[in-house]
Amino acid sequence: MATTTPARGSNTSARGLVRPTFKQPRKRLPYPIGLYQTAVGRKWVMGVTGIMMMGFVLVHMIGNLHMYQGPAGYNEYAEALRTLGGHLIPREGVLWALRLGLLSAVVLHIHSAATLTIMNRKSRPQGYQSPRDYSAANFASRTMRATGIIVLLFIIFHLLDLTWGVFLGDDYIKGDVYNNVNRSLSSAPVAIVYMLANVALAVHLFHGAWSMFQSLGWNSPQFNQARRVFATAFAGLILVGNLSFPIMNLAGVVSQDTRTTPCVAEGGEETNICLGVNE
Amino acid sequence: MRITLKVWRQDGPTSPGAFETYDVPGVSPDMSFLEMLDVVNDRLTLDGKRPIVFEHDCREGICGSCGMMINGVPHGPEKGTATCQLHMRKFHDGDQIVVEPWRAAAFPVIRDVAVDRSAFDRIIEAGGYISTPTGAAPDANLTLIPKPVADAAMDAAACIGCGACVAACPNSAAQLFTSAKLAHLNLLPQGQAERWARTEAMVETMEEFFGSCTNHGECREACPKEISIDFIAMMNRDYVKSKRKNRKLLSQIR
Repeated sequence: MATTTPARGSNTSARGLVRPTFKQPRKRLPYPIGLYQTAVGRKWVMGVTGIMMMGFVLVHMIGNLHMYQGPAGYNEYAEALRTLGGHLIPREGVLWALRLGLLSAVVLHIHSAATLTIMNRKSRPQGYQSPRDYSAANFASRTMRATGIIVLLFIIFHLLDLTWGVFLGDDYIKGDVYNNVNRSLSSAPVAIVYMLANVALAVHLFHGAWSMFQSLGWNSPQFNQARRVFATAFAGLILVGNLSFPIMNLAGVVSQDTRTTPCVAEGGEETNICLGVNE
Repeated sequence: MRITLKVWRQDGPTSPGAFETYDVPGVSPDMSFLEMLDVVNDRLTLDGKRPIVFEHDCREGICGSCGMMINGVPHGPEKGTATCQLHMRKFHDGDQIVVEPWRAAAFPVIRDVAVDRSAFDRIIEAGGYISTPTGAAPDANLTLIPKPVADAAMDAAACIGCGACVAACPNSAAQLFTSAKLAHLNLLPQGQAERWARTEAMVETMEEFFGSCTNHGECREACPKEISIDFIAMMNRDYVKSKRKNRKLLSQIR
């Protein structure tokens, strides 16, 4: 350790029986991009992108609670998302910035997870030949890859269903968020898909929301007990909130809006503005 | 006690291995697990067969040589003990006990249940030490260390490098070992000068051999010294910091 940067790629690693399984990158990229070349760095990236996606999931769930205010409130909330930033920023500008941020978070999270999984498989080419007895790894931590894939597939389904309206056909009216959601979730098979996917999401969060503290190195005896409580509460909150939507739509508590002017403009006047129709 | 022992037998690093089953009568509950293996080996030798190769040294739980997978748990069913400190009274008459070596790409099997843990040495060589002048011994208590800091460093230093953490980890990650070795030095004043270089070098050497941590916590359960995964969080924090700090330190050379 004569210099502050350790000598890498030296042939000292391979001696005797033991050979390195993984090669160090020949060239280290500058900080902070170089972090992504290492496994610990990738876990750090997974933690950061995890927080971004947790923020989205929470805001998405809370925002959707507007559904219970009825069509006017819900459609106004959707319109408010498109006009975030007011007149300072072009319509949907902030929304697209958030979407791009989320998309990059999703891509990095999945890429890290996939490459680290490959690394982990390679580090144990021959598995245990007798049954293992796990004592700490719980169902959630053992199934992170499965629940992650389920959630990814669900996100694609969810976008096709309610952003592009692929499955609703002519029933899909761009901008009429309330009715689109209701038409989609009133169908039992779709509602069941939503419910199952959200259970998978909650299981993923149960481990992920705790695990991120470890990956980011947020550790202190003062709040270590609270980390588990936080992850459980967060996963529970998201589960209850998100499960309520398919259940309430299926039960008919949230029912179709038959008004022709589903929005309320300033002053309490009913208009169509929120649907992007300026009449 | 009479037990059935199912042991992994493998002639060498490249030869295929398989389980072999032995009927072991006359086991005293007061025997340690290794003493039971000694008895089996005595009988095998008398029968003209090759005894089971297992690593052992101190037999008092401090050298870290004697790791093996016992019934799917590293070091067997008793928490916080190495294999040598496990006693046959933890098993019942008529039990079948399955013994397997650690499984990891970085821990090749030498023979039977003995594995080569040199990969750990590579990690230590990368920075698991302090550079210090070898002069006369410094006065005692010259460097004061707060009690909680000394305790935490001691908890980390309890690591005996047995490899149970890697064996227990579903990903064969060596995070608990590396973080314990790092924390042991990085918490103390003597370790500060090389803290950031050490962290970067040891973590990157670790990543040449081992998998990546997914925070299952299996390692802590398997550890005969019950080292906390809090040290892993500390290592993660220090590693990301070291990337920035080492860059900054380099810029001060000119």
